[in-house]
Amino acid sequence: MGEASKISRYLYTVIVLFLIWLAITASLDVQELGFGLLLSLIVAAFTYEIFTTNGLANLHPKRIAYMIAYIPYFLWAMIMANLDVAYRVLHPKRPIRPGIVKCKTVLNSDVGKLALANSITLTPGTITLDVDEDEYFIHWIWVPDEALTESEEEHVKASSEGITVPFEKFLKVIFG
Amino acid sequence: MSALTAIGEILVLIGTFFYLLSALGLIRMPDVYNRMQTSTKSATLGSLGVIVGVGIWALGTDFGSAAWLTKTIVIAVFLLLTNPISAHALIRAAYKSGIPLWEGSVVDKYREHLEGKEKAPEETPKEGGEE
Repeated sequence: MGEASKISRYLYTVIVLFLIWLAITASLDVQELGFGLLLSLIVAAFTYEIFTTNGLANLHPKRIAYMIAYIPYFLWAMIMANLDVAYRVLHPKRPIRPGIVKCKTVLNSDVGKLALANSITLTPGTITLDVDEDEYFIHWIWVPDEALTESEEEHVKASSEGITVPFEKFLKVIFG
Repeated sequence: MSALTAIGEILVLIGTFFYLLSALGLIRMPDVYNRMQTSTKSATLGSLGVIVGVGIWALGTDFGSAAWLTKTIVIAVFLLLTNPISAHALIRAAYKSGIPLWEGSVVDKYREHLEGKEKAPEETPKEGGEE
């Protein structure tokens, strides 16, 4: 994915900053809005180079629709994760079988990899240990039997299906 | 006492319960990695519940306004985005500083990966390396 033009990246940064300003001040007063816009323009001029590489392409309707659909999906996964933790902590036998597994991802962009790593950390029984190119090293609290095979390929396939694949269908569209 | 107040109170209660679980996980788990697992997840969802709960709670009272809810949601989103990164940094630093896994652990693919990386530069000549 090539880089977008400077002006598009700049505008995208302004929009994101202004939305955050809107939420923080929570006021529709003209003076507040004007000053917020001014501040967004100034801050964006300094930061747009490190903030985004896609620019306005991030605001594609399909991406936004997937992002909105991703929020309840992610929150649901998070609640499940916490019930899972509750079960493991409160169970008298403490049913854990931890291990570090290797996964592969199909995502290309850095932001997408970051989002996937964050999603993995907050969902059932997994926490990201390291990311190297397209390989994720993940500490899993309950390694299932399928991932315990000797063969490298089967291991990666089984662990990827258990961890990364459910999120990738969303994140692939959102971040590429 | 309106419906909004009740929802807010329930959310705060749930959040506090997950805080308790998070602290309990710190005590019960055997090694640093499993402790990070339990504490990160529960503390994040617990904070979300408490913070958003306070926002909704304030809506139901006579001094509250929509500003409470938007501000609390912004705080919640920031927390949601930064918490897993700090957990990732901590667990990676723990591994790099040589803290062993619990003896009940079944696989460690990361050690194989690191060992493979250490061997690789010796086998390839320095100038003709891949990087």
